Amino acid sequence: MTENAQLHDLVGRGYQHGFVTDIESESLPPGLDEDVVRAISRIKREPCFLTEWRLKALRHWLTLSEPTWAHVRFNPVDYQGISYYSAPKAKTDGPKSLDEVDPKLLETYEKLGVPLHERARLAGVAVDAVFDSVSVATTFKDRLEKAGVIFCSFSDAVQKHPGLIEQYLGSVVPHTDNYYACLNSAVFSDGSFVYIPKGVRCPMELSTYFRINAAKTGQFERTLIVADEGSHVSYLEGCTAPMRDENQLHAAVVELVAMDDAEIKYSTVQNWYPGDENGVGGIYNFVTKRGECRGRNSRISWTQVETGSAITWKYPSCVLRGENSVGEFYSVALANHCQQADTGTKMIHVGANSRSTIVSKGISAGRGQNTYRGLVKILPTAHGARNFTQCDSLLMGGRCGAHTFPYVEVKNPTATIEHEASTSRISEDQLFYCLQRGISEEDAVNMIVNGFCKSVFKELPMEFAVEAQNLLAVSLEGAVG
Amino acid sequence: MLSIKDLRTTVGKRKVLDGLSLEVPAGEVHAIMGPNGSGKSTLAFTLAGRPGYEVTGGGVSYRGEDLLALEPEVRAQRGLFLGFQYPVEIPGVNNVYLLKAALNAARKQRGLPEVDAFEFLTLVREKMKIMQMDESFLSRGVNEGFSGGEKKRNEILQMLVLEPSLALLDETDSGLDIDALKVVANGVNTLRSSDRAIVLVTHYQRLLDYIKPDRVHVLARGKIIRSGGPELARELEARGYDWLLTDAA
Repeated sequence: MTENAQLHDLVGRGYQHGFVTDIESESLPPGLDEDVVRAISRIKREPCFLTEWRLKALRHWLTLSEPTWAHVRFNPVDYQGISYYSAPKAKTDGPKSLDEVDPKLLETYEKLGVPLHERARLAGVAVDAVFDSVSVATTFKDRLEKAGVIFCSFSDAVQKHPGLIEQYLGSVVPHTDNYYACLNSAVFSDGSFVYIPKGVRCPMELSTYFRINAAKTGQFERTLIVADEGSHVSYLEGCTAPMRDENQLHAAVVELVAMDDAEIKYSTVQNWYPGDENGVGGIYNFVTKRGECRGRNSRISWTQVETGSAITWKYPSCVLRGENSVGEFYSVALANHCQQADTGTKMIHVGANSRSTIVSKGISAGRGQNTYRGLVKILPTAHGARNFTQCDSLLMGGRCGAHTFPYVEVKNPTATIEHEASTSRISEDQLFYCLQRGISEEDAVNMIVNGFCKSVFKELPMEFAVEAQNLLAVSLEGAVG
Repeated sequence: MLSIKDLRTTVGKRKVLDGLSLEVPAGEVHAIMGPNGSGKSTLAFTLAGRPGYEVTGGGVSYRGEDLLALEPEVRAQRGLFLGFQYPVEIPGVNNVYLLKAALNAARKQRGLPEVDAFEFLTLVREKMKIMQMDESFLSRGVNEGFSGGEKKRNEILQMLVLEPSLALLDETDSGLDIDALKVVANGVNTLRSSDRAIVLVTHYQRLLDYIKPDRVHVLARGKIIRSGGPELARELEARGYDWLLTDAA
């Protein structure tokens, strides 16, 4: 086959010039087989164990088929039509500091609202910016290094801390977990790695901005955060992508590990391109996020604001293995126009007296379909486990939908489970009340929707909360009227 | 201030206002009384521009403008205030936030800059004192978990902050105990001035013991069937509406 021959040819040419060079970026040609996986691993100079791990994942993936249980509908993804590696052209081996970063890339970040210099400095945020698949800039490395915190791109971590990667990679989301996680395990290109040593409180919020840039590329990020005993970290993730007519696949994996008395707070504001009013284009966001509270008294908290993507398939979950461990999930998901969101969480209680809280706010507008899907599972070992779930849906207009699928499995009689759910519309009474106070309809809708989401927004770091409110306002433009 | 001529309103398919005429000059307080279902709340909603209240005839002039041609939020920005009979709860939206947005909308309409946060809070605290409201009000959601009495106080507080030219108070006295009634009445009285008009919609004479009206009107079957001075309210309290309804029929 010519394509295969072409690929062999490419792989044979070595790392530096071994892949197709576009005008702007260097990519592997579309398609997926063992050679592609080996090529990715070689380009990234990965140790043997990782290449083998990728190949194991690929072989398993080939035996799987796409899940169909989610309440979403979309055209089939042509996995052989995707290019599995795309990176900005490197001048040398890659930038060592901000000064070495292509000014055009920095400009893009400015447009996204991530001015690395100022925002990072003012807000005290260290940004590990990912452009397509390769990390291009990391700030505040020094301050973090002094605290003993490791915060770097996944590729760097593979080179510098292979022991940690080998120990923790796939320990929360194994390569066999699900179709998309398995695919990611085979082809993941880059992502972030965080390690907080024993007893360290990370001196600043860590933040990553992802961006899918090149057309027809999938983005397969892999994030791994390990919080050792008694440590604390807050991690912010923002996502956005430019407008494209075709659908793009984003299949990321995030793994969190919290040891004894450790705490991880993971916040996401996701604004991938949702497609246009008629549902043309937009990101398929098929993401696996899971945290394991491995130690006693550990705590993992997920907060997400999902306003983008054509399709969202995402269930940030907690495995509460440690005694007295705590899992939290706070979510705002918006589905406007033709967006489909199937999102929720899983709380798996293993340890005694483990506790979990789920607060989900779904907003449906236009022809959007919003589904909450949640599982609360209490295993026989989880004496005295407690869960509280609150699941609210807000409908705007008559053509959208809200669906709730809460699953509860209790195998220990001492557990306490509470579930509250509501579905409401923005009432005409509320709207008229605001109008009668002189407030315009658009402002009134924003005000009411933000009020609806308040219990989630208050979990976000301050600067993110403001961004989330603005995003909701933009995403809901013209939803009423 | 307000001049209503031969106003006709339908709600759904039901004719509710059927040729209502009313003049309310600046500086006066008018009370509108009448039996249940006579159209009192419909009049208030029609003037405020509530969707679903369709004007099929007549006209309303407010400060020389065609009121019915204005969008509801513009009517509010130009100084028309409706105190709701059943104020709605808006969960998660802070009382102060709504009030500030309302005040700024009105200021913008008048070409004034947005109110300074500190000045605004001072103003709200001063008005809260008049309404004998607790400090905790500031951090609560709009009418969220409020008792009936608290909701009515909140309406009057909003009115005091917004200082409207024309206040329509729809059964502000209903559901209030006597102490709360006095507080609410006192709040309304502080707003009385020569350049404002107040229209009280009420069932009972007792509110009018605390807010002395200049004129009293009886609304029945969609129109004003009798107007008079404060003594008319006392007569209604003593005799009910039946004698008027038979007269009118």
